[in-house]
This record gives sequence, structure tokens and C-alpha cells, in this order.
Amino acid sequence: MRTLKFLLQKELRQIIRDPAIIRILFIMPMIQLLVLPLAADYEVKNINLGVVDHDHSQYSRLLINKIIASGYFRLRDNNSSFTQGLHAVEQDKADLILEIPPQFEQALVKDNEAPLFVAVNAINGVKAGLGGAYIQNIIRDYNQEIRMQWAGYPRFNPQPVIQITSSDWYNPNMNYKVFMVPGILVMLVTMIGSSFASNNIVREKEMGTIEQINVSPIKKHEFILGKLIPFWMLAITVLTMGLTIARLVYGIVPLGHYITIYIFATVYLLAILGLGLLLSTYAQTQQQSMLVSFFVTMIFNLLSGLYTPIESMPGWAQLITRFNPVSYFIEVMRMVMLKGSGLTDIKFQILAMFGFALFFNGWAILNYRKRSG
Amino acid sequence: MEKVITANGLTKKFGDFAAVDHITFDVNKGEIFGFLGANGAGKTTAMRMLCGLLMPSSGQATVAGFDVYKQNELIKKNIGYMSQKFSLYEDLTLGENIRFYGGIYGLTDKQIDEKSYLLLHQLNMEHQEKILVKELPLGWKQKLAFSIAIVHDPAIVFLDEPTGGVDPVARREFWNLIYEASARGITIFVTTHYMDEAEYCNRVSVMVDGRIDALDSPLNLMKAHNAASMDEVFLQLARKAVRTDN
Repeated sequence: MRTLKFLLQKELRQIIRDPAIIRILFIMPMIQLLVLPLAADYEVKNINLGVVDHDHSQYSRLLINKIIASGYFRLRDNNSSFTQGLHAVEQDKADLILEIPPQFEQALVKDNEAPLFVAVNAINGVKAGLGGAYIQNIIRDYNQEIRMQWAGYPRFNPQPVIQITSSDWYNPNMNYKVFMVPGILVMLVTMIGSSFASNNIVREKEMGTIEQINVSPIKKHEFILGKLIPFWMLAITVLTMGLTIARLVYGIVPLGHYITIYIFATVYLLAILGLGLLLSTYAQTQQQSMLVSFFVTMIFNLLSGLYTPIESMPGWAQLITRFNPVSYFIEVMRMVMLKGSGLTDIKFQILAMFGFALFFNGWAILNYRKRSG
Repeated sequence: MEKVITANGLTKKFGDFAAVDHITFDVNKGEIFGFLGANGAGKTTAMRMLCGLLMPSSGQATVAGFDVYKQNELIKKNIGYMSQKFSLYEDLTLGENIRFYGGIYGLTDKQIDEKSYLLLHQLNMEHQEKILVKELPLGWKQKLAFSIAIVHDPAIVFLDEPTGGVDPVARREFWNLIYEASARGITIFVTTHYMDEAEYCNRVSVMVDGRIDALDSPLNLMKAHNAASMDEVFLQLARKAVRTDN
């Protein structure tokens, strides 16, 4: 235990003296939490619309006005032929072309039926999908309005109509930030945990100081605890800063208890730090450990359910997410933040984290040798 | 004479390559034992096995009375080690390094304070306790590293080319520290490429291609090889080497 005291003292001194660590520790969360949630938004806006209006009628103009008025589209281009419109897409001026055929109004009035054509630039899949869906909605609306105008409210609607009223639970305003900020925070804590810890040990390898440790009577578990505890403290500090920013800047107050988050984070960090330790036992240089932990955390983050819902992943990918500690933390964060879940609700996740912690640390201790073969 | 290191057929193989090939020797208590050899002769490998940093392939060895295979952690309590690579923490101060290494070898706070004072006094660095190690010149760093390697008064201290890249004055001072440690009863096991240093040793061994080709006092070796200096002895022996650094 006394040895541990000396190890911790040394580690904390080195951390405090390293200006890079302190800078990264404070600036990274600030930028990630202040810039990302405001900029990276799932909602698609500013879709550039190209219009090819062959009709130039009152109705065609009404439709275009309605689309622009929705706020999602910007009229960027008005062409007289579809080929020209397509050219605008090629030049990246338009994301979506609406072609209104000649006699659109005439057909609508006379035949009660008029075709429209929408071409979408699908290079950005999300933008294309959402843009296409928005415009279809607007056109459907428009259609409804015209019918009303002509026919008035029918006393008996010839077509049955289903009215849907929905209510969004847990995040009633569908506030994107409430959903995203806790997730970004999880990413941050994960990065600090895994790469800081592994880099630190590999640095001792590079400097040759690990040899001096290995030739001393320090016990393996003392050495590993001496590394785990300081980085656990750093990561908890970042978590606290992040939760403070979330509360002060975004007004995100968890429905559940902060203590639930901290209890889970404690176990979670044991697992993530264990992973960092494990990486460090294999890597010989800081470049190696950096690249590997970058790769691992990228996979973890992309398969965490932060960006894309896990439920919509293919079966095999869903299976992978079960072995991804990050997905558990994101799930727990959202449960505690938005639903107010308590410890009993997340006991499965806590248990799983203990499993991860045991697995990674066990492997790391097995693979860390004071004496090489 | 009490033996603090015994090696009997100690061997380290990496695949087919025998880095250390059946070496047999003893080191007496209190002795300054020079461990010579060209680059790649296997000195560091042999030393790392004795320190419990590397598992031997075959043969027997004991250090401070403990078996290198099974009691390597007990060996570690009784030895000091200074590697080729400078390995104090550069971002800690002199005092903090002394505290840290004293602490992990189980010294009490009082012992650490006493040791810090004595050590800094001996090195004429009393007023530099609070400066970072990285700000010291290399020669001073090496002296400090040596003093810290014996801060827990080990039975044996292993020095792997401790004076590499150090100027002659600092080397001289370094050897004064070695003599002082030796006078306190600490056995010194040192590798070096400087033949004047070899002459300071009580006995030296010369490793060639993983084997020990000669082992005696410098004077006897010079006689046996009809040489005027250890330099000549070394050249005669080392030129027989087949393998090179690469």
C-alpha cells in the first residue's frame, strides 16, 4: 500500500507537470461539448432546390412558394430544361430538382391528376432521404389544400381518413441536444480513459523507465493500480466538467440521479482503462498505441448507437455492439438523463461492465510481464 | 570467499541464436567485477537474466543467494540496476526521484530524508534538490542515477555501460562513487567499453560471441596475453569474434 502511495504521488506530479495533458483535458471537452452539439445536427436544413418549371402557372408558383416557405429548402436554381437542372446538380448547386411538366395546372384542374417529377442527388444519403421525404410531405399537403379549396369540406368524406396524434415521451420537444450531449460526453471520457492510460505506459517503455520499475520489487497489481487510479481521476474530472457544461449551457438536468451516472462511470472506467492497459502491454511505441486506440475507439463510437440506432443495424452488428462497452454507457446515460432510471434499472449494464473490467484487466495483468521470455 | 553471484552454464537463446552461450562464473562479495565484451557479445542479455528481467533458456544462476528462475522477485529486493538507457524520471525533481525510488524499495520516510540529504551532499547537489532532472548535464544525471540505484543499500548493483557518452572528468568522479559504494560492501557488476575503467576492476571477464573467453584480474590477464594494457588484451580477444552488432 505504501508503494502505491509513492506510485500515485509520482504519477500525479507528472500529469500536473505535463502542460499538454492539462490543455487537452480542458480544451477538448470544451470544444467537443460547445461546438459539436450546436453544429452537428440530425435535422437537414438548407437543401438546395433546383426548379424546372415548364408550366409557369399560378398553381406551379403556389407549389414552389409553399416548398420554400417550409424553411427546409433554398431556391438556388431556376431552369428551363431538365438537362440544365441536372447540370446544376453536377455543379453541386442543387441537391434536388423539382420538375413541373407543361400543362401541370391544366391537368390538375381538368383531369384531377397531374404528374410531378423529383430528382434527388443521393451522394449524401441522409440529406437525400430526408429531403425527398420533406418535399413529398409538402406536396401531399399542397394536394390536400387544393382539394379543400375546390371541394370544400365534404360532409361525408368519400375516403376514410386516419388522424394520427403522436406524443414524444422522455424528450417531448425532440431536442436533439438532450440526446447528443450525453453521448458526446461518453465519447470524451472513453478517449481520455483508453488512450491517455495506454500512451502513458508506452511512454515509460520508450523512456526506459519501465525497466527501472520492472527491476524493482514493485508488484504487478501495485503498478497497474498506480496507473489506473490517476487516469480514473482524470476521466471523472472530465465527466464532471462535461455534466456541468451540459447543465449550464444546455440546461440538461438528468431526470435520474447524478450519483447513478457516477456509479456506472466508475465501473465503466475500470473497463475502459483496462482496455488502455491491455493495449499498452502490446504496443512498443506511442505511435503504435495511438493508432490502435484510435482505431478501437472509432469502431466503438460508430457502433455505439450514438450516431445510428443500434436497433436498425444488421443482426451481426447488433451482436458486436453487445461487446462494445461504449454502447452500454450511452444507453445508461440516456436512460438516466432522459428517463430517470435508477440503479435497479441499469443493473444488467453494471454487471456487464464488471464483466468487461474483469476481462480487460485480467488480460492486461496476464500479458504484463516484469520479466520477458 | 562468499559468492554473491554464481552462474553455471547460463544460456539465452532467441530462436537458434544463442545470445548468451553457457557462461559460467562467480562474483565475490564486495568485488568490483568488470563485464567486458564488444557490442553484441551478449553482456546486456546476461545482465538482464541475472536481474530477473529476462528468463534464461537454460543453465543455473543465483544472485544474492536467490535462484534466478523462481526467486526473481526476491533478487529484485536485493539489487540495484542502472540500465544503458538513462532511466530516472526527467519530469520529476532530484528530490522527487530519490523519494520515489526510496519509497518503492520500502524505505521509511525518515530513511528517505536521511538518504536524500546524504546523497545530495555526496554529489554536491544540496541546492539542486528542487530542479528537474532533465535540466542536469548528462554526467551529473549518470552520477545521480547511480546514487539512486543504490539508495536502498542493495547487496549488488548492476551497471550497464554507466559512463557511455560522459566526459573523462565526470567518468573519474563516477568511478569515485563506485569505489565508495564498494567500500560500503556493495558488490559492483559493471559493463564498460572503456579499458581504463576495466583496469579499475578487481576482476574482469571478456565475453566474445556469447561466451566468456577470459576471466581474471586485469594484471593476470595482461600477463597471460603478453599485453601492456587491457586495451591490447581486449583487442586480441574481441578480434576473434565472428558475429557483429548487426
